[in-house]
Amino acid sequence: MSAASITLTHRRPIGERIIERLLFLAAALGVLTTLGIIAVLAFETVEFFLQISPIDFFTGTRWSALIKPQSFGVLALVSGTLLVTAIALVIAVPLGLLAAVLLAEYAGTRFRTIVKPILETIAGVPTIVLGFFGLNFIAPHILRPLLGADNIGVFSALNGGIVVGLLITPLIASISEDAMRAVPRGMREGAFAMGATKFEVVRKVVFPAALSGIMASVILAMSRAIGETMAVVLTVGTKPQFTFDPTESVQTMTAFIVQISIGETAQGSIEFKSLFAVGATLFVMTLALNLLSGWVVRRFRTGYS
Amino acid sequence: MTAAAPAARSAPRFEPALMRRKLTGTIFYGACLASIAFLMLALALLLFDVLTRGLPWLDLDFLTHPPSARPARAGVLTSFIGSLEIGVIVGALAFPIGVAAAIYLAEYAADSRLNRLLQTNISNLAGVPSIIYGILGLSVFVRLANLGPTVLAGALTLTLLILPVVIIASIEALRAVPDAQREGAYALGASRWQMVRRSILPAAAPGIMTGIILAMARAIGEAAPLIIIGAFTFVTFVPNPISGQYTVLPIQIFGWAQQPQADFQGISAAAIIVILALMLILNGLAIIVRARLSRHIQW
Repeated sequence: MSAASITLTHRRPIGERIIERLLFLAAALGVLTTLGIIAVLAFETVEFFLQISPIDFFTGTRWSALIKPQSFGVLALVSGTLLVTAIALVIAVPLGLLAAVLLAEYAGTRFRTIVKPILETIAGVPTIVLGFFGLNFIAPHILRPLLGADNIGVFSALNGGIVVGLLITPLIASISEDAMRAVPRGMREGAFAMGATKFEVVRKVVFPAALSGIMASVILAMSRAIGETMAVVLTVGTKPQFTFDPTESVQTMTAFIVQISIGETAQGSIEFKSLFAVGATLFVMTLALNLLSGWVVRRFRTGYS
Repeated sequence: MTAAAPAARSAPRFEPALMRRKLTGTIFYGACLASIAFLMLALALLLFDVLTRGLPWLDLDFLTHPPSARPARAGVLTSFIGSLEIGVIVGALAFPIGVAAAIYLAEYAADSRLNRLLQTNISNLAGVPSIIYGILGLSVFVRLANLGPTVLAGALTLTLLILPVVIIASIEALRAVPDAQREGAYALGASRWQMVRRSILPAAAPGIMTGIILAMARAIGEAAPLIIIGAFTFVTFVPNPISGQYTVLPIQIFGWAQQPQADFQGISAAAIIVILALMLILNGLAIIVRARLSRHIQW
């Protein structure tokens, strides 16, 4: 090779280009997964809607897929899901935010090394274990003695909500803690210099500055609660009904999908197809919340430099 | 606090109610502590309840026997092995694919629309409920690819489920490697792949390995997607990973917990102790791997 032929725009060796292609394919697998989910749900849901009118599906409040006469009003399942989610948030938002403030603002290093692993342990427990705890402990030893065995059964939306609340608390705590830690120290010191107490700094400086992250954490936790399955299956029961009474037994969308899957349902039947329509409804709801949480972070982010 | 305040009154003080404000702060701090105490109490109650119920049932026979209609003779052998098989296959599949995707997104991808789409897509996939992956697996792996309700179909489904988690953790680990490391490799004449392979990957290995192990723990704890694709069965033989029926620990726990008799709740709790021990081992492994791999790294 003579010196004259050396150019600065040299072609990258073929091996390098093949590697880059392979790496790209791995990253693109995610898109394939997304397309697969959408295609499967859309295809089977359309089949379902050929037999059941979408209007009846989205506006009906009576759901009876396995007991004749059949009725497919998804609002009965959606209301059960939202009831459980609302109870879970009522528990998890204060608990999670207070824990986050403690970790981000008050705790010293030693305290953090104790508290963080506790939150991570709760987050890592398989959700079926929390369902077991709800079924065998919260219902018989806390809820029924407290509210009276006549007023609340073994299965209730309240029980499911408490269990799901416990399991989304670490999510809210850890994302909110990160958001509060990202608030620059100088802002706190400015407020202290003006004579604010620690609590006033947290409430009037740190909290507003971290609000976008905190809101995102709550929305993500809500999405997680809507999609939670095993903890709910063991605690809320199998009674789809349009109610907002927390002491009632309900059925969530996820619990219905499980019920169909463990039963002897024939694969081509309308009740089997309803599984996909319910799945599609669940997917759209959680996707909307996930996109919303991303938008909230981008829209309300306060930049510090 | 108007400008025309009568002179007789004392000058407006900056701290009109310091005692009260400090008291509010103390109450708030108390509430913070109470929330953590409540969470600790809940966790302690959960462990106490599971241990008192399950320990009497937990012995060597429980680990070496398949399930049975009689609680006294039932064990977790088949579901335990099913879980291990699932965990190993998922780890073996998710590791190369997840790390490759993370390398592309963190080291290769230019800031183009396509690449931003890939990135957004992965964070959205991480938020899809696990049960939806079960529906995908049922349609694609069990029916379309005709794998049937096998360990392989289950492992493929769970691989798709944990890939976003693995990718996100690996990207974070790669981004944490300082740019000086990259520039150093380039200055020595390395190509991009040589730089990634020899310089960046070893430095990011502790974070990547921790992410993989925790994702495997997540896969072993998952039940919902596997129920959808047909792992909710009574399996009395050790499953063959490629063909044949199987079940896993969380589903075995679910099946027993559904029985009304107290004895079944007991063996369900014993199986919970087994899976919690498995989680503990994996988490401990993650800590050890992290410590060992990061011994030589300093910047």
